[in-house]
Amino acid sequence: MKNFAYAIAPDISSASEAAVQGAQLVAGGTEILNWMRLGIVSADRVIDITRLPELSSIDRQGDEIRIGALATLNQIEGSDIVRQDAPVLSQACLLAASAQLRNRATIGGNVLQKTRCPYFRAEAATGDRMPWPCNKRVPGSGCSAREGDFSRAALFGATEACVATQPSDPAVALVALDAEVDLVGPSGSRSIPITRFHVTQSEAADLARTREGRRLLGGDAPETPDALIENRLMPGEIIVAYRFSVDTASRNSAYVKLRERESYEYAMASAAVCLDQSAGQVRQARVALGSIAQKPWRLSGAEAALSGQTLDEARLTSVLATAFSDAEPLPHQDYKVKVAQGAVRRALTKAGGSIQ
Amino acid sequence: MTDMHKIETALTGIIVADDGAPLALPENGIGSPQRRMDGPDKVTGQATYAGEDMPNGTLHAVLVTSPVAKGRIAAVDTGQARAAPGVVRVLTPADMPTLGSPSVPPTAQSKLPMSSLDIDYEGQPIAIVLAETLEQAEAGAGLVRIGIERAKPAVFDTAEVEVPPTEGNGYVLGELDPAHGDVDAGFANAAHRIEATYTTPTRHHNMMEPSATLAEWRGGDLHLNDATQWSWGLQLSLAGIFDMEPSRIHIRCPYTGGGFGAKGYVWPHQILAPIAARIVGRPVKLNLTRTGCYTGCGYQSGTQSRLRLASDAQGHLTAVEHHTENVTSVSDDYIEFANMGTRGMYAMPAYRMTTRVRRANVGTPTAMRAPHEGPGMFALESAMDELAYEIGMDPLELRLANYTDSDPHSGKPFSSNKLREAYAEGARRIGWSDRVHEPRSRRDGDKLLGLGMAGAIMTTFRNASQARVAMTPDGRFTVEVGSQEIGTGTRTIFAQVVAERLGIPSERVTVVLGSTDLPPASATLGSASTISIGSAVATATDNLKTRLDDMAGRETRPDEWPDLLARLGVDRVQAEGAFTLPGDVSFDAHGGQTDYSMHTWGAVFVEMEVDEITGIARMRRAVAAYSAGRILNPVTARSQMIGGIIFGYGRAMLEASPMDPRYGRYLSKNLSGVQLPVNADIPRNIDVCFIEEHDPHASAIGVRGIGELGEVGVAAAITNAIYNATGKRVRDLPVHFEHLIA
Repeated sequence: MKNFAYAIAPDISSASEAAVQGAQLVAGGTEILNWMRLGIVSADRVIDITRLPELSSIDRQGDEIRIGALATLNQIEGSDIVRQDAPVLSQACLLAASAQLRNRATIGGNVLQKTRCPYFRAEAATGDRMPWPCNKRVPGSGCSAREGDFSRAALFGATEACVATQPSDPAVALVALDAEVDLVGPSGSRSIPITRFHVTQSEAADLARTREGRRLLGGDAPETPDALIENRLMPGEIIVAYRFSVDTASRNSAYVKLRERESYEYAMASAAVCLDQSAGQVRQARVALGSIAQKPWRLSGAEAALSGQTLDEARLTSVLATAFSDAEPLPHQDYKVKVAQGAVRRALTKAGGSIQ
Repeated sequence: MTDMHKIETALTGIIVADDGAPLALPENGIGSPQRRMDGPDKVTGQATYAGEDMPNGTLHAVLVTSPVAKGRIAAVDTGQARAAPGVVRVLTPADMPTLGSPSVPPTAQSKLPMSSLDIDYEGQPIAIVLAETLEQAEAGAGLVRIGIERAKPAVFDTAEVEVPPTEGNGYVLGELDPAHGDVDAGFANAAHRIEATYTTPTRHHNMMEPSATLAEWRGGDLHLNDATQWSWGLQLSLAGIFDMEPSRIHIRCPYTGGGFGAKGYVWPHQILAPIAARIVGRPVKLNLTRTGCYTGCGYQSGTQSRLRLASDAQGHLTAVEHHTENVTSVSDDYIEFANMGTRGMYAMPAYRMTTRVRRANVGTPTAMRAPHEGPGMFALESAMDELAYEIGMDPLELRLANYTDSDPHSGKPFSSNKLREAYAEGARRIGWSDRVHEPRSRRDGDKLLGLGMAGAIMTTFRNASQARVAMTPDGRFTVEVGSQEIGTGTRTIFAQVVAERLGIPSERVTVVLGSTDLPPASATLGSASTISIGSAVATATDNLKTRLDDMAGRETRPDEWPDLLARLGVDRVQAEGAFTLPGDVSFDAHGGQTDYSMHTWGAVFVEMEVDEITGIARMRRAVAAYSAGRILNPVTARSQMIGGIIFGYGRAMLEASPMDPRYGRYLSKNLSGVQLPVNADIPRNIDVCFIEEHDPHASAIGVRGIGELGEVGVAAAITNAIYNATGKRVRDLPVHFEHLIA
């Protein structure tokens, strides 16, 4: 790690401007520090945005909950508003990282985590010290994980260039809550659905051919743009808040995270479920899965297939089979499909669903 | 279960080392449940560790290591690094002095670091950057350009199986291929047979304190602050390498922040720091990073064990085969004796075992809690469970049927063995008699439940040791030993030994450790500190009493001694004591040249729950009963065993350091990519007890070792419980989703 200049951003526009000029923004720092230590990023300037006002509150107005980007995971987990009206988000925050990290980590930075792929996370001060190819680290070098040993590899949306997954837990809950992401950038404010915020590798490949993609890449597309575009955050843009509406489904929601270790570990697969079930019949189900794609993976087809139906064992088995029929596990990872399906089953029950 | 109940009624005493009120334990001296004397210093940060010291003028060293596993260094360009702010010097293989040849062990690897341009393993040191600050040294290390001609690395899976050399190989702890009786007939005439292969993965020690060395030359003497488990081994190793009198090398090790074997032998950083310090003429500090520890100080080799067991209709073993292989390095033949436990555990009329290595482009493996029996007993105790199911016999009954009271390999009687009592007490505590033998018989909601057990055995290692005990007129005593405190409670235990010998409170004893300027003592490894140094302390204490009696001219009591010293005008009286081994060797194993075979024993019982829909298994309960000789301090002993059981849980359920065979590099060299158990994995109350025992042969104070024993058998008890829950047999550790998911 090399020396860098550190400054505190007085307001959001100066933070945004600094980011456009190549400064690295830092809030909780729990992930940035890793990137800088591992050699994933190298910044001359680091801009601390934790003093920006109005960005850490958790409010409810009418049926809408707004969570400021600087709210820490433990603040969100412990918020009565979130616990009552969106337990899935509270649980996702609680099951993330460790207590110490959750006291530092902010929800704004959390969704910008990078993959836990060990090939990507190799310690290498410079590209020529990389022990193996990784298109995210050295564009065009190749993907070692595809024929390697990365248990958290994508089931959906991966390409030859990259099989990374997005490891965030809260992002999965936010997707199941149909949240909006509020952004502020050099050209003003905008909001996009969180379901569109992250992109898979195959979406990235398509995006790279568009004007938006070229802006995201900051120029012409390299050989492996699918490994490089991970979300639609434009240069200089900053996440300021998430907003979502509460409903019966969000109040009856749950997050299930499956992993080898009981705590302080990323998911093999996780499931966020918001469920509105009445007299055995599903009125609405929103299901998102974590750690199986480079974005939280909504089971839109399954949601539609369950809507208006009773939740019985045969239907659930069939719906889940269909939902994963085009999953593409790496060799020796067929079990991951079952783990992901198991996460959905257990999350449905945890959300109060009764399976006949 | 008839045998078991007979034993239960015959039990003489159980030392329950629980958090609750211990049963009739003494308040002072040996057997007293005392808290660690240095506990407050450690939790308040008063205790200092090797890496904390910083003499004036110290330079920070950062190693530049090879990113490839095999190849040859074509060029090292240090120009940019040398020009970087704060960088004082960059050393490459060209700067290395001529060195003597190291003895292995205590040196871990026979090939000295930076002594050649050939790259034998990923992480091998190539250059050292020395700078005024750590940050400057790290930045400088990033600027060293290395040109490497890469070659394809050899890995365990594809390497040739070799017979390791025994001549001149310090890693040979026993016969490679013991055999006895007619094995083929034993199999041919058996009523039941099983054959299976079991694997344990390569994994790392991940001790809390990464290795650290501070080297300084003063007037031709070398002073090292080091995080070590064996100060005297380090002194001996460096004396050979630098061709110096050992007494001119002074090792200081105030505290050691854990090691589990990683700090037992001497690794490249301990050799390079003094070389760098000599070249630049300033103190040099070389602390390994966590990443550096993955290639810089050893690991436990993965093992593969092929087991064949045969028994008669009643479950008596008629023949046993245990063939093991482990990975080793290009330069050395480290042997992980995974069949060591199998040699001593059960009565066997016929057996055949082989011990092999496969050479790959990896660093040299080393001992890790628990070596040999740790991975090996996973195999044997899994196989015994498989045999029990093959016969249709209770797994505990099968073990009782094969109990032996003499060493099946050497034929010697055991120095002491209360394994049957441990089986009985453990079974009673877990409620074994309520177990349902048929798999998939018990449920709790979504989860299948199962009970499993395993026996444990660990070699008793002993080291010749010396100690000094002194008394001053204020009525205080000082123990002086060149040992190191690694967290196990040795300081407290040595005070208790003195206290009991003299009948004084242990608060009056100060224990001074951590320097080779003190009497030479056992390494803190192989569970050998208490047995070896404790015995030397006891002898020194007895000698001190004799000396004071001589000074008084009659038999005296310790409370008379302050007056005696005052009267004689003496301000310090001291005596030395030694623990020696038959044949005057410095080290022995399994009882060495004595007439006894020496081992520790245990019985581990576990309840597991398994959700087959998610593929997740968790431990509900763990009970372990041990036969380990006299227990000097039930509090610190219980802590060691709990730590061992958690270590075993890690082996069974989580820990592995997989290597990508294409690159010969560990996938993750960072704790964020290597799972170790956390509190949430571990049941609240691990129930540990010790069978009351006094081993008259292994040491002067009735003890054997305990530190490694706690890890043994746990993994098999866990996978056996998973089998009882699910009917699924896991033979390749760690247990993973794919083994269990429906």
